[in-house]
Amino acid sequence: MTLALVLAAALAVACVVAVALPFIREPEPESDSLDELDEDERRRLALLEERDRALGALKELEFEHRTGTVSDEDYRAQLGPLRRDVASALQALGRDGREGRPTGGRT
Amino acid sequence: MPELGRAALLVTLGLSLYALVAGAMAAHLGRRRLARSAQNALVASFATTVVGAAVLLAALLRNDFSFTYVARTTSEALPTAYTISAFWGGQEGSLLLWLLVLTGFGAAAVSLNRGWARDLIVWVVPVFAAVSTFFAFLLVVVASPFATQAAPPDGAGMTPSLQNPYMLAHPPLLYLGYVGLTVPFAFAIGALLSGKLDERWLIATRRWTLFAWAALGVGQLLGSHWAYVEVGWGGYYAWDPVENAALMPWLAATAFLHSVMIQERRGMLKVWNVLLVLLAFSLSLFGTFLTRSGVVNSIHSFTQSSIGPWFLAFIAVVVAVSLGLVFWRLPQLRSPTRLESPVSREAAFLYNNLLLLALTLAIFWGVVYPMVSEALRGEAVVLGRSYYDFFLRAFGLPLLLLMGIGPLIAWRRASLRSLGTTFRWPTGVALATGAVLLLLGAGSSVPGLVAYTFSAFVLATITLEFVRGTRARKVLGAASWPAAFGSLISRNRRRYGGYIVHAAIVMLAIGVAGSSAFDTVTEAKLARGDSVEIGDYTLVYRSLDENVTANATEIRASLAVRRGDRDLGVVRAGKNAYTVEDQVSNEVGIRTDRLTGEDLFVIAEQIDPDGSVYFRVFVKPLVNLIWLAGLVFLLGSLITLWPDRREQRRLVARAAEAGIPATP
Repeated sequence: MTLALVLAAALAVACVVAVALPFIREPEPESDSLDELDEDERRRLALLEERDRALGALKELEFEHRTGTVSDEDYRAQLGPLRRDVASALQALGRDGREGRPTGGRT
Repeated sequence: MPELGRAALLVTLGLSLYALVAGAMAAHLGRRRLARSAQNALVASFATTVVGAAVLLAALLRNDFSFTYVARTTSEALPTAYTISAFWGGQEGSLLLWLLVLTGFGAAAVSLNRGWARDLIVWVVPVFAAVSTFFAFLLVVVASPFATQAAPPDGAGMTPSLQNPYMLAHPPLLYLGYVGLTVPFAFAIGALLSGKLDERWLIATRRWTLFAWAALGVGQLLGSHWAYVEVGWGGYYAWDPVENAALMPWLAATAFLHSVMIQERRGMLKVWNVLLVLLAFSLSLFGTFLTRSGVVNSIHSFTQSSIGPWFLAFIAVVVAVSLGLVFWRLPQLRSPTRLESPVSREAAFLYNNLLLLALTLAIFWGVVYPMVSEALRGEAVVLGRSYYDFFLRAFGLPLLLLMGIGPLIAWRRASLRSLGTTFRWPTGVALATGAVLLLLGAGSSVPGLVAYTFSAFVLATITLEFVRGTRARKVLGAASWPAAFGSLISRNRRRYGGYIVHAAIVMLAIGVAGSSAFDTVTEAKLARGDSVEIGDYTLVYRSLDENVTANATEIRASLAVRRGDRDLGVVRAGKNAYTVEDQVSNEVGIRTDRLTGEDLFVIAEQIDPDGSVYFRVFVKPLVNLIWLAGLVFLLGSLITLWPDRREQRRLVARAAEAGIPATP
């Protein structure tokens, strides 16, 4: 009983220390604000997702055409729109880079 | 040390509550240290739950019957392995396992993703904490595994049907699945709360969802095999409410794993995907509620308890809050992309989703109907096997066909001429298979024949995909055919692992169709020396033996089996009479033909004092394909789950380009 209570108390103390650790380590931080993405970063992230989606679709189309899963006819019909998607995603990223922050700004 | 267990759970409750409140405040106010403190609380809650679980496990292993739970679920004579499985054999222990897995998964998911999805994780922590607060509250206030009593000389023992090796793995796997679905739920709600509805929540949860789905799938198959060898009624799936309770979240998660590909590829179905995640989690809670509340009569509902109303209230809150959040974020979830053609891969995935959802809802209605009818008319009307079989055929057979169609149609739109070329070979193989099976007499069951024909179609498409892919890899420079095959799978694990899972589902369909549509059964009361015939088999009842073990008296009837002039050995079927539990179980005899996958299945229904036995005998063609499908399913799931370094590098590069730290 006594041993159990001592162990329980030790457990509780250890948990309190773990929870308080961020405040113990940094009692008076320069900034306590969360490292949130700003509007520019969120827009850039969306554009990067769009670019990767378009590139992935193009790559998959190429491979499926090579395997024969996608016929020549379907390949030709889809290649143009997919290339346009990639181009517009890259252009949008380029514009964003010129107008907004440079890439990789946060560490 | 029940006090230590109780204290550990009380600390877990405190930590979870703190993580909920502090996490929500930190996210709302944007406080970094408070957010980190809430994350630490979530991680620490796992450690304290481990302590609680260790206390219960030690009590079980020491046969400490001063713990009410230990006395109720074990006995001195119970073998050690089953004493360990008693951890999840009763209500309080299984709730503790839920909490243990939940806090473990929460700690892991938060730790693994707090670098690159830091702003999202802040909102995920309070969601995890809300769920763990609920379970910790149940364990502290409503159903404590650490309740004590004056120790009786022996425990009540374990339900005989649970004294089976499958019980060591089946329930924990189902729990890994149920609880694993909390991870995508927490991230989805976190994304909805924060408005950060980019792809990161999907990427962070993809493998967790796959893991939970695979664990649920394998867990269900183990449960089916347990029912087949242990419960002794001659089948493996009875559409029992608790079996259905595990099937429903698995179906919802299957739908999500397919529809998420449409969002990743085309940016469509964002609302649908969030709803599927919420549905899968709600159904996993519903499944736990069904198993543990005792609200339905089932061979799996081992308890009648008071936790039902708490669970129902929690499910209601989860559904209401989730739907409210989806409605609130609808403008952000709308996609500008539209379905371009009803003949496209995304359309095939959408049809697959609609069928899976329809099947899920049909099963859900079958499960709740007895409760609804009892509430409305005072009489519980149970929907029988024919109800479920009808919907399984109506929705399951088209689903099977779509498994073959979907992967071969192009994204966006496919021309009809291309479809003709693409499906020429698979259709030819399917029609030829159907025709041959018809000639062999498989027309006695039309659904069975259709299932086999569709299965041939799907297997042909899968084979075609592997052959074409390997050939393309070889052309692209692979050194050898095996290298080309290996590189094909390793370069696209999701796709080709998925095909292997599809092959497992086809094997399952063939096994189910064979063993249910084309099985035979006979019954006979035999005295020693009498025989019974079924199909090509002749069974001669030879002897009746009795063996007394530590916790049961085992009675076995031996039957010599012949097929034509060939002696196939002996099958033994009988009953176990458990001394402590004062219960009797059927112990079936099974003879497996490894070449054809067929089982000869014998049940000794009634053993008379004069030694005569009333036998029920089944021949179940192809039933072993179902268990083999489990291994193939596991292989496919592991390939799909295996980390992909190329994808990791791409995500890290994307994070760096967006200016997000890629590591914690």
